[in-house]
Amino acid sequence: MPESRKNYLRPLDLKHGRVDMAHGAGGRAMAQLIDELFARHLGNEWLAQGDDGAVLPAPGAGRLVMATDSHVVSPLFFPGGDIGCLAVHGTINDVAVMGAQPLWLSAAFILEEGYPLADLARIVASMATAARQAGVPVVTGDTKVVERGKGDGVFITTTGVGVVPPGRELSGSRVQPGDAILVSGTLGDHGMAIMAGRESLGFESPIVSDTAALHGLIADLLASGADIHALRDPTRGGLATTLNEIARQSGVGMMLQEKALPISPPVAAACEFLGLDPLYVANEGKLVAICAQNDAEKLLTAMRSHPLGRRAAVIGSVHDDPQQFVQMATAFGGKRIVDWLTGDQLPRIC
Amino acid sequence: MKYIDEFRDGDVARKLAAAIASEVNPARRYRFMEFCGGHTHAISRYGIADLLPDNVRMIHGPGCPVCVLPIGRVDQAIALALAHGVIVCAYGDCLRVPASGGLSLLKAKARGGDIRMIYSCADAVALARQNPDKQVVFFAIGFETTTPPTAVAIKQAAALGLSNFSVLCCHVLTPPAIASIMEGADEQLQLDGFVGPAHVSTIIGSRPYEPFATRYRKPVVIAGFEPLDVLQAIRMLIRQANEGRAEVENEFSRAVDRDGNRKAQALMDEVFELRESFEWRGLGTLPYSARRLRAEFAGFDAEHRFALAYRPVADHKGCDCGEILRGIKRPQDCKLFGTVCTPENPIGSCMVSSEGACAAHYTYGRHKNA
Repeated sequence: MPESRKNYLRPLDLKHGRVDMAHGAGGRAMAQLIDELFARHLGNEWLAQGDDGAVLPAPGAGRLVMATDSHVVSPLFFPGGDIGCLAVHGTINDVAVMGAQPLWLSAAFILEEGYPLADLARIVASMATAARQAGVPVVTGDTKVVERGKGDGVFITTTGVGVVPPGRELSGSRVQPGDAILVSGTLGDHGMAIMAGRESLGFESPIVSDTAALHGLIADLLASGADIHALRDPTRGGLATTLNEIARQSGVGMMLQEKALPISPPVAAACEFLGLDPLYVANEGKLVAICAQNDAEKLLTAMRSHPLGRRAAVIGSVHDDPQQFVQMATAFGGKRIVDWLTGDQLPRIC
Repeated sequence: MKYIDEFRDGDVARKLAAAIASEVNPARRYRFMEFCGGHTHAISRYGIADLLPDNVRMIHGPGCPVCVLPIGRVDQAIALALAHGVIVCAYGDCLRVPASGGLSLLKAKARGGDIRMIYSCADAVALARQNPDKQVVFFAIGFETTTPPTAVAIKQAAALGLSNFSVLCCHVLTPPAIASIMEGADEQLQLDGFVGPAHVSTIIGSRPYEPFATRYRKPVVIAGFEPLDVLQAIRMLIRQANEGRAEVENEFSRAVDRDGNRKAQALMDEVFELRESFEWRGLGTLPYSARRLRAEFAGFDAEHRFALAYRPVADHKGCDCGEILRGIKRPQDCKLFGTVCTPENPIGSCMVSSEGACAAHYTYGRHKNA
């Protein structure tokens, strides 16, 4: 009788293998998936602890900021990125716009039975690269598998923790009449890259997602000394939704200047073609900053000095309005409301 | 964007607005109806009303394809998805149109109906080819603009011998809707002219509007959907009104001629015939105002294939969509506007598409209500 090889485990087939229910069952197969795929890419001293939770050093001064975000993008791979780097950038940005230095991330995966391991490896590798470049490690995680047909390939939830130094107060509720509104670059790139990546649309475009971690840019903005009242990343629902949220939080109105809005020609053309409004299209590497009017130029200069803020612009101002309307002076010479997004943005037929 | 920005130039707009201001007769008022939802959308989105003198008022007409879709037709599409288990394909802005029982296609989807948003009816044909074991129905709505592509899809399905593709045909005609407005409500409306359709006119040409100019003595100016097109058309209407003329003029000559697209017309005639009558939301039942598939193509007619009966359903009692579609009331005159009826929870169809009079006013213009 041949002697069985002790502790031998056939390696994961990362070329042709697929996620199966055992990968989420808590047994040896799951341990193997974690070792050979997740830990291999994301590995760091905290993940290596191997316990149920990561034990982290308590930060000294300041307060903790914590944010969480679930990612369910379709397609999972799109021009300019994939769900992996998006899950890292999105949560880092949510922590960073609070004025905090992002320190750690957690990542929870919901995988659909049958999903190719090769694609999962690409996603995790992309996540690892994004985390490394940002200097924010994934220190704990979780994996679950759902039956085929009960998921959409991969869902990823990330949670981020950061520290905001004493005395720094950024909030959508601190905006005041007279403030200036800035954006850090062109609008709508991520959403239109996703749209163009969807097969059903069948058009090709050079539009690339802007997905990026913004904490470096934000650190520069905070260091500029400008009196910043609020920062926010205009993701789902786009700039319009973000500004309406802030207007409601602070109980103010806003007036945008359509001519000042930075929108790249391909995005403008794709929106035109589909009957969409770029103000409602998602961004993943842009921020809105609202600051005291006198500091607008200072802040703009700081934005434009950073690679992620080259096309930054002052796009409008805040005023007193009990109705809390966000309005826009159109390039055409009229005025209109820039309202909350209703449901999903749907293309018009005519 | 080249070839687009030229038609949105703010400096030209200001000059045109100044010209309009100098040409209006301050002693009278001007009431023009823009028929198309595309014009309504442009007027709202670019703030065109702000550029017009106070005595020039634009009234939103019924030319929004989803707004004139009666509840009974949406009910049919929902029944196909929920009761017959077919894949229903629809254009994006159909999905939120309110139907009976608090449903819409979007809500029927959440209840398990297989409802797909498509960008082109060719996608529906492709879906039928990919799902040979399922029935696929295209919910075909819209005016003459969207009708020729449906004809192409049906011919394509016939050529492919697809036995699992059919069309729930709700295509409607523009001229009967304009006639209904001219006939019905002139006393209340007192219109001084029409901004004529843009895309529809590329198909049917400018000739079909000529009887309106002669018979009802109303000027018609066909205009493109860009904001400068609309302003220029308004100026042309003001001139006609000032000079007592009632003619069909064409501002959109870069795309529209008198005869229209004859190939598209022939295609429509080949595949479709006129229904004796069709219920419109807001306008009631209009004779010869909509199309159905000809007998040769009956195999692709979903009403035929699934033996669907049409059951008219009355609008919500408080809903003024009918009067708003006919231009008798403004959105803010409806007591449901902005209270019970909002874009999130539309009661009437005018609140659904951004081309609808109520949704356009709610989304872009309600700051002027006060």
